[in-house]
Amino acid sequence: MSQELNIAETEQEIISEFALFDSWDDKYEYIIDLGKRLPPLDTKYKTDENRVRGCQSSVWLVADFKDGKLFFQADSDAVIVKGLISMLIRVLNKRTPDEIIEARMDFIREIGMTTHLAQTRSNGLLSMVKQMKHYALAYKIKDPVPSKN
Amino acid sequence: MNSPITKSKSLDINVIRQEFPILNREVKGRPLIYLDNAATTQKPQQVLDALMHYYTNYNANIHRGIHTLAEEATAAFEQTRDAVKSFIGAGSREEIIFTRGTTEGINLVAYSWGRKNLQVNDEIIISNMEHHSNIVPWQLLCEEKGAILKVIPINEKGELMLDEYKKMLGPKTKLVSIVHVSNALGTVNPVRQMIADAHAVGALCMVDGAQSAVHLDINVTELDCDFFAFSAHKLYGPTGVGVLYGKKAILEAMPPFQGGGEMIKEVTLQKTTFNDLPYKFEAGTPNIADVIAFKSAIHFVQSIGKEKIRRHERDLMDYGQQELEKIPGLKIIGQAKEKAGVISFVIEKAHPQDIGILLDNRGIAVRTGHHCAQPLMDHFCIPGTARASFAVYNTRYEIDELVKGLLRVVKILS
Repeated sequence: MSQELNIAETEQEIISEFALFDSWDDKYEYIIDLGKRLPPLDTKYKTDENRVRGCQSSVWLVADFKDGKLFFQADSDAVIVKGLISMLIRVLNKRTPDEIIEARMDFIREIGMTTHLAQTRSNGLLSMVKQMKHYALAYKIKDPVPSKN
Repeated sequence: MNSPITKSKSLDINVIRQEFPILNREVKGRPLIYLDNAATTQKPQQVLDALMHYYTNYNANIHRGIHTLAEEATAAFEQTRDAVKSFIGAGSREEIIFTRGTTEGINLVAYSWGRKNLQVNDEIIISNMEHHSNIVPWQLLCEEKGAILKVIPINEKGELMLDEYKKMLGPKTKLVSIVHVSNALGTVNPVRQMIADAHAVGALCMVDGAQSAVHLDINVTELDCDFFAFSAHKLYGPTGVGVLYGKKAILEAMPPFQGGGEMIKEVTLQKTTFNDLPYKFEAGTPNIADVIAFKSAIHFVQSIGKEKIRRHERDLMDYGQQELEKIPGLKIIGQAKEKAGVISFVIEKAHPQDIGILLDNRGIAVRTGHHCAQPLMDHFCIPGTARASFAVYNTRYEIDELVKGLLRVVKILS
């Protein structure tokens, strides 16, 4: 890609990819494949402070801030969750705090995650999004650089 | 329909399944395979009918009314009390208290018996395999009273280390509260002997019968337990109803749990006297409809016969274990010599949550996670298990489907 996609465009890409699958069996296989390919998080980051609550599995999320953008890393001991995390990171990684705070994350609903996943599970997914937005807000307050373009 | 006719020795399971309308539904486009009965059981038509019948024909508040509807409702409500008394072999109806469930029953004992009878440095014994409902009320009580909570360890098979239990018992032990059948492991504990051991040192014994009331024959008089708690909804009955059994003399000496209407004799602003048993512990309007419908659940079980149900479940357990053990990387957690109702397992490289999600996608309902028994999971150093739990309407075919589903899970996740 010569030009990076914005959040909405990235979400649309994911929605289009999911539209190629006929069955939830195939969608889950795809999500699991994404999960297996997510690079593991260094054990030093797997601490209680980095845990995301609201999931039956263990989820850790770390955020770094550089040149006005957030860089996320995450991991889980459950592979479907890893797949979901990798999609969230694909959408929200290397973005400015404002972009993340304003992101609507419609793709989660569009690919059927909120209706197909039980409320208990979609709560975990939404907890992750919330946590990522909290990081964005925290970095924005700490380092209020006006975002360019 | 969704499963072939299954005859299990003298039980026609397909006929039984027809009593359960929910078994006809589909999940994610496939026939429902419900293997989460330890969490709650499905309800036979007669239980559903009893609920509708009550509300359609004789709904009224009970115990005080003198009009016809009130008398009919009261009679039906009290008939359930008698049915429960026979079901668990209690001595008298005064010993049967209706609660919201097992958890409330345990809390009632902790609050009402515990606060009056426990002193600083007294000891309460529970085990490492308890459900949170049989841990937390005692933790709260011990913290309040300065008492000590002791925990019977378990071995790698998920059995209680009974020698350690005997060593823990002493003059300071005031109560032992123990699960009869573990909801996470299926282990059946030798409660009759444990009760006798507790009594020998002057301690009382409470039994958490949430899983055992449906799977085993319960006779509280023979067990000689001082308290026994269980829930209707795990026994093909409605949610929101449970039973606390307590020996009459003990209940009589206990202060009330909740105050309010029904549990009083006379109220003045200066002083209030309390009602007789069992009403002393049943404040406010109870869950009338569901208590009445509970009787139909008891009749359902008794009409089939617990022994026949048990034999069928035994067959499912044996077949289930045998088939699951063929799955590569699968390990059954809880290998006690005596088990009932549940098979908990883990699969290498597969988080229980992933197993649960993928099975659900095939219409198969199992439970995953810590099963409200976090200390137990810590003991086995696992985040949780996947758990299949059986009821009278489950079939070998459903186990075959579970196995097929799990083989696919293993394939995708490896």
